[in-house]
Amino acid sequence: MTDVEGATPAPPAIKAVPVRHPGRWVAAGVIAVLVAMMVNSFFTNSAYQWSLIRHYAFTAPIFHGIEVTIELTAAAMAIGVVGGTLLAVMRLSPNPVVSTASWFYIWAFRGTPVLVQILLWFNLSSLFPHLSLGVPFGPTFVTVKFNSVVSALTAGILALGLNEAAYMAEIVRAGILSVDSGQSEAASALGMGRGLIMRRIVLPQAMRVIIPPTGNETISMLKTSSLVSAIAVAELLQETQSIIYRTYAPIPMLIMASLWYLAMTSVLTVGQYYLERHFGRGTVFGQPDNTLPRRLWRSIRYIRPRPDEPAQPSTLSEHQ
Amino acid sequence: MSGEVMVRAEGVHKRFGLNEVLKGINLEVQRGEVMCVIGPSGSGKSTLLRCINHLEQIHAGRLEVDGELVGYEERNGKLYELREREVARRRSAIGMVFQHFNLFPHMTVLGNITEAPCRVRGLSRDQAVDKARQLLAQVGLEGREDTYPRQLSGGQQQRVAIARALAMEPKLMLFDEPTSALDPELVGEVLAVMRDLAKSGMTMFVVTHEMGFAREVGDQLVFMDGGVVVEAGRPRDVIENPQHERTRAFLSKVL
Ligand SMILES: Nc1ncnc2c1ncn2[C@@H]1O[C@H](COP(=O)(O)OP(=O)(O)OP(=O)(O)O)[C@@H](O)[C@H]1O
Ligand SMILES: [Mg+2]
Repeated sequence: MTDVEGATPAPPAIKAVPVRHPGRWVAAGVIAVLVAMMVNSFFTNSAYQWSLIRHYAFTAPIFHGIEVTIELTAAAMAIGVVGGTLLAVMRLSPNPVVSTASWFYIWAFRGTPVLVQILLWFNLSSLFPHLSLGVPFGPTFVTVKFNSVVSALTAGILALGLNEAAYMAEIVRAGILSVDSGQSEAASALGMGRGLIMRRIVLPQAMRVIIPPTGNETISMLKTSSLVSAIAVAELLQETQSIIYRTYAPIPMLIMASLWYLAMTSVLTVGQYYLERHFGRGTVFGQPDNTLPRRLWRSIRYIRPRPDEPAQPSTLSEHQ
Repeated sequence: MSGEVMVRAEGVHKRFGLNEVLKGINLEVQRGEVMCVIGPSGSGKSTLLRCINHLEQIHAGRLEVDGELVGYEERNGKLYELREREVARRRSAIGMVFQHFNLFPHMTVLGNITEAPCRVRGLSRDQAVDKARQLLAQVGLEGREDTYPRQLSGGQQQRVAIARALAMEPKLMLFDEPTSALDPELVGEVLAVMRDLAKSGMTMFVVTHEMGFAREVGDQLVFMDGGVVVEAGRPRDVIENPQHERTRAFLSKVL
């Protein structure tokens, strides 16, 4: 670059007194005092019963609860993503009946509390004691008891998943609408049909917009799944409550459950960070995160750049 | 293959809501001819092109491509709207090139070109790839199969877009201002490809403001304004000896 005719050698780098931030020191002071008070109470207040937490945190019922929580989250999100995509495509369909049906579904499922939906699914057997397979309004071929098909766990998964589908539908729809209309136009001009265009051209490009909020939804679902303890599904909170009935130690056990939830959401957050970085390059989702842990991490990387990476302000390299 | 007329428009009307955009277009393009269309912004050039490719439905008049009505089917003197599948089939025989290329950014150059032949025409992957390589050579981009569109210059992208359209072996190629979004030094390479295409006998319908191209390659030149064809004729005649005041005013601005 420097051998371009007329180019001058770079003048010395700018040295300036950085802006002072007294507010940061005040905030740090206040927060330090509060944290000190809390930590002090952890150690001095025996009601926390740390030994009890340590004892129960790694027992079989808790592990089982964690397993069920993860299952619930995964199954509900699977239903949510597939259902949401279907609803979004329906919502954008030129067929007015189909699009209205989707609108109505989203309206109903987003407009009612998910806890109410869970209870409704659980109690549906009183509305339909039996499930039958047959001709509508005609003869039936097979009949089974509703409760034998829809267990509490199934009711929980269905309720969470179908509710999630309504939210995912809006996310997927925003993703589809974010794709330039010239893309479908070019594909139509090549003779591709609507389904093919959606599958091959539009949805793959919509992913960039769909993935980050889907990560949020998954984290949110992990916590929301605790609501199914209301219908006695043995997930983490329900298992914790059983222990509480035995030990009469609600606070320690709830703290233990919280720590487990925190551990799980943290793992998901890390996963989401990398997913977003992968899919969000060059978009608003690629904005750097300015919390202290991330800034520390960035400055460490800045001090010791990887050998293949030129040293440069890491905020820029995060932007890409 | 029927007839010698590739595109025939008779009194074509098209409106968006209350806004009448095409107000009775009459024109005819013979097989193997290059039709160039010029006109000010908003005169309905793109809309006409989109109508020819079934991307918009016309409201009145007759529009035929290769002897078939666009968007409708005539049986016993009655018009029937076409099913989506049939519309897609007819579209696949018409190539279209856009001002902003509209390449699929998530696919490689090869993916862009082979997508429709494989999934719409049902070509085997090997056949499609062979064909794609041949077309890339034709537009001067051999060896670029595995590049992504954003790694190419505008001129290269537009040439890929032309190859993508040609991969469907169209009988008619529509170009909507194919060089308007390009840096001036890249216009030539795209026009060169189009010139070769015209020489090979392709029927082309080109909306363009490249008067040099229109004069040299075009068999007909149409000047549109306000949704009507104001003037039509041999490019040299229209450019050098415009009959209408509006044509003269427009030409004085673009030449
Ligand atoms: N999908 C649409 N809905 C509503 N109005 C439209 C639509 N497409 C085009 N129009 C209107 O039709 C008119 C003609 O548009 P068109 O794009 O055909 O013009 P054009 O001659 O191609 O102009 P340009 O040189 O700017 O590309 C414009 O007034 C435009 O606003
Ligand atoms: Mg236009």
